[in-house]
Amino acid sequence: MNSAPAETGPEAIQAKPKMAARGVNVFYGDNHAIKDIDLDLYADKVTSLIGPSGCGKSTFLRCLNRMNDTIPICHVTGEILLEDENIYTSGIDVVQLRARVGMVFQKPNPFPKSIYDNVAYGPRIHGLAAHRTDLDEIVTTSLEKAGLWQEVKDRLDSSGTALSGGQQQRLCIARAIAVNPEVILMDEPCSALDPIATAKIEALIDELSGRYAIIIVTHSMQQAARISRKTAFFHLGEMVEYGDTTEIFTSPKEDRTRDYITGRIG
Amino acid sequence: MTERNVPHAELSTGPTDWKSGAMQARIARRYRRERIFQSLGLGAVVISVLFLVFLLGNIVKNGAYGFVQTSVSIDVTFSADLLGDPTSLSPEAFTEKVRKTNMLRLIQTSMQELFPEVKGRRDTRTLLRIVSTGARAQLRNMILADPALIGTTKRVELLTSDDIDQVIKGNIDISLPEANRKVKDNELSWLQTLQNDDRISLNFHSQFLTGGDSREPELAGVWGAIVGSAFTLMVTLLTAFPIGLCAAIYLEEFAPKNRFTDIIEININNLAAVPSIVFGLLGLAVFLSVMGMPRSAPIVGGLTLALLTLPTVIIASRASIAAVPPSIRDAARGLGASPMQVVFHHVIPLAMPGIMTGTIIGMARALGESAPLLMIGMVAFIVDIPGSINDAATVLPVQIYLWADSPERAFVEKTSAAIMVLLFFLIAMNGIAIWLRQKFEQKW
Ligand SMILES: Nc1ncnc2c1ncn2[C@@H]1O[C@H](COP(=O)(O)OP(=O)(O)OP(=O)(O)O)[C@@H](O)[C@H]1O
Ligand SMILES: [Mg+2]
Repeated sequence: MNSAPAETGPEAIQAKPKMAARGVNVFYGDNHAIKDIDLDLYADKVTSLIGPSGCGKSTFLRCLNRMNDTIPICHVTGEILLEDENIYTSGIDVVQLRARVGMVFQKPNPFPKSIYDNVAYGPRIHGLAAHRTDLDEIVTTSLEKAGLWQEVKDRLDSSGTALSGGQQQRLCIARAIAVNPEVILMDEPCSALDPIATAKIEALIDELSGRYAIIIVTHSMQQAARISRKTAFFHLGEMVEYGDTTEIFTSPKEDRTRDYITGRIG
Repeated sequence: MTERNVPHAELSTGPTDWKSGAMQARIARRYRRERIFQSLGLGAVVISVLFLVFLLGNIVKNGAYGFVQTSVSIDVTFSADLLGDPTSLSPEAFTEKVRKTNMLRLIQTSMQELFPEVKGRRDTRTLLRIVSTGARAQLRNMILADPALIGTTKRVELLTSDDIDQVIKGNIDISLPEANRKVKDNELSWLQTLQNDDRISLNFHSQFLTGGDSREPELAGVWGAIVGSAFTLMVTLLTAFPIGLCAAIYLEEFAPKNRFTDIIEININNLAAVPSIVFGLLGLAVFLSVMGMPRSAPIVGGLTLALLTLPTVIIASRASIAAVPPSIRDAARGLGASPMQVVFHHVIPLAMPGIMTGTIIGMARALGESAPLLMIGMVAFIVDIPGSINDAATVLPVQIYLWADSPERAFVEKTSAAIMVLLFFLIAMNGIAIWLRQKFEQKW
C-alpha cells in the first residue's frame, strides 16, 4: 500500500513523504471530480498542481485538509496520509488537522479585524501563547516571515481589509503560519495580484519552503517552473503526470502534458 | 438608399444605418415609452405621498389639541371649618379629615361667589359641571401637599370638564339649536362671563403623558399604556431575540439540509404571513387556558407577540447570517476554528447589525399590534399604571382602539394624540434600526 508511484523515481526511496494520497476519488453528487489519484508530497519540496480549469486541482487540494467536508454533496474515498495517519479515518480531529495543514485561498480573505487580530486569531483559539508577550512575539515573527512586517509594523491596529490586495494575501499567509502548520496549501494565491505583488509572494514561498511543506495550485506555468521542485499535471480529474518540475517542463512523458504546457489544451 | 423607409429591410451586410427612418422611429418610440413609464412611476409616488401627508396631517391636526387642555381659574377659600385646622389636629387626623371632605363644596362656594344669580339645585349642579370631576382630587392633593393653605384664599387653575373644553377648542357647534347640543345656553353664557374675566386658558396638559386611563377625557393619559407597551415589548424581546437567533444560527449553520429542515423552513416563512389574530388565539389557548397565566398581563401579551415576531427575527437573522461571505468562514476553518468558533467569532459579529435591524423592525411591528392582545384580555379599562409584567395592563394601540371607541367627542383628539405618541416610538425604533445598519455596515 505504501509503495510510491513509479513516476517519483529513486528520490522517493530516500525521503519519506509528508503527505500521501492513496487511491483518492472525489465525487460531487454524481460528478466524479477526482479519479483514483496517488501522489506523494514532500516536506522539503514545493509541489505545484497544474492543469486546465475544472480538472480538479482545487478539489484535490481541499481534500488535503478536509475543507471539502463543508460541501454536503462532496464525497471522498481512498486514503490521504499525513505522516502515515489517514486523515479520513473517523477518529481524526478535523479542527486539529486544519491547524496542522493550513490553507491560503485564491482571493485574499482577511478577517474584518485589525491586522494584529488577524494574525493572533489562530494562536488564540489554539492556546499557543500563554501570555500577551508571547502572542506579540508570534504576531511579529509571523508578519516578518510573511515579509509584511516592515509595511504594517506602525499600524497593527488598523483593519486588515484596508491593506492592498498583495498585502492582504501576505497577511493571510502570516495568519496561516502563525499557527505553526506543517503543511501549507495554496490555491492560486497570486491570481488576484499584479506582477510585483506576485514576485513578493513567490519570494516568500521560496523563503518558507525549507520550513513548511508547500503545495500550490497555479495556472501560470512560469510560476510553477520558478517556485516548485515537483509538479503534478491534472487533466479531467486524473493525475496525468507527476515528477520533478524540470523534467515535466523539458521532457514530459505524456502527450497530454506536452500539449498542455505548449498551450494546445487548456 | 432606396430601402430607407422600408421597416424591415433584408439583412444587409454593411454597417448598421443608425440614421435610417425606421431606426429614428424606433428610437423615438423608445424615448416615448421611457417617458410614459417615468411619469407613471412619478404619479404613483405622488399619490402615495399625498395619502401619507393627508393621513399624518389629519392626525396632527386632531391630535395637537389632545396635548392641551382648558383650565378655569377660580378663587378658592380653603376654610378651616370645612377642612379642619392643621395647627390643632394631628397630621394623621388632618389628612383623614381632608380625605373625607367633599371638595366640591369648596368649588361650589367659589363658583357661587362668581355667579351669585345662579340659584336652585339643578342650575347649581350644571354650574359645577363646568369644572372637571378631577378638580376635587387636584384640590385635595394641593391641600395635603401644603397644609399652610388652610385659612387662605387662592386663585387656582382647575381643569374644565371635557364639554367646556370642546367648546373652547371649537369642536362643538354652538350655532345648533339648544336641544341638539350637549352644552346648553346658560352654560355658554357663564363661560362667556368667565372668558371676559380672563379666567379661561388653554395650557399644555402634562397629565396626558404622565397619567393613566380615565373615563373622563380631560383626565385620561397614555402613560399607563406606554408602560404596558414597554413591559410587553421587554418580554417579547427577551423571548423572541434569543430563541430566534438560536434557531437562525442552527438552521443556517448546523442543520443538515434534508426534507425535515426544508419543511421547518417553509413553515417559518409561512408563519410570518399568518394573520396576527391567530397568534392571539394561540396565546389564549396556550398561555391562559393551559398554563394558567394571568389575564391582561404584559407577560402573556409579550409571549404572544413573541410568537408573532419570532418568524421575522428568524428570517432576518438567517438572511444576514447567509450574507456573511463564505470566504470568511473558509478563512476561519482553514486556521482550525471549530464550527462553533467560526459562528461565534466571525459570522455572528458580522451579521449582528442585520440581526438587530431585523429584531427592531419585528419589535416595531409588535408595538403596533392590537388584535392578538384583544384575544388575551389586554383590552380592559385599566386606570393604574402597571408595576410589573404580571399586573393588568394595556398597550398603546389597544388604548387607541379603546379611545376611538368612546362616545365622548373629546376622545377623538385623545385618540389622535395617542397615535402621535405611538408613531413617535415607531419612528424612533425604525430610526435606530437605520442608524445601526449604517453605522455597522461592513464593506468588503
Ligand atoms: N462545490 C462544488 N459543488 C459541485 N461541484 C463542484 C464543486 N466544486 C467543484 N466542483 C466540480 O468539480 C470539478 C473540479 O473542480 P475544481 O474547482 O477542483 O477545478 P479546478 O481545477 O480548481 O479549476 P480552476 O482552475 O478553474 O480553479 C469541476 O467539474 C467542478 O464543476
Ligand atoms: Mg480552483
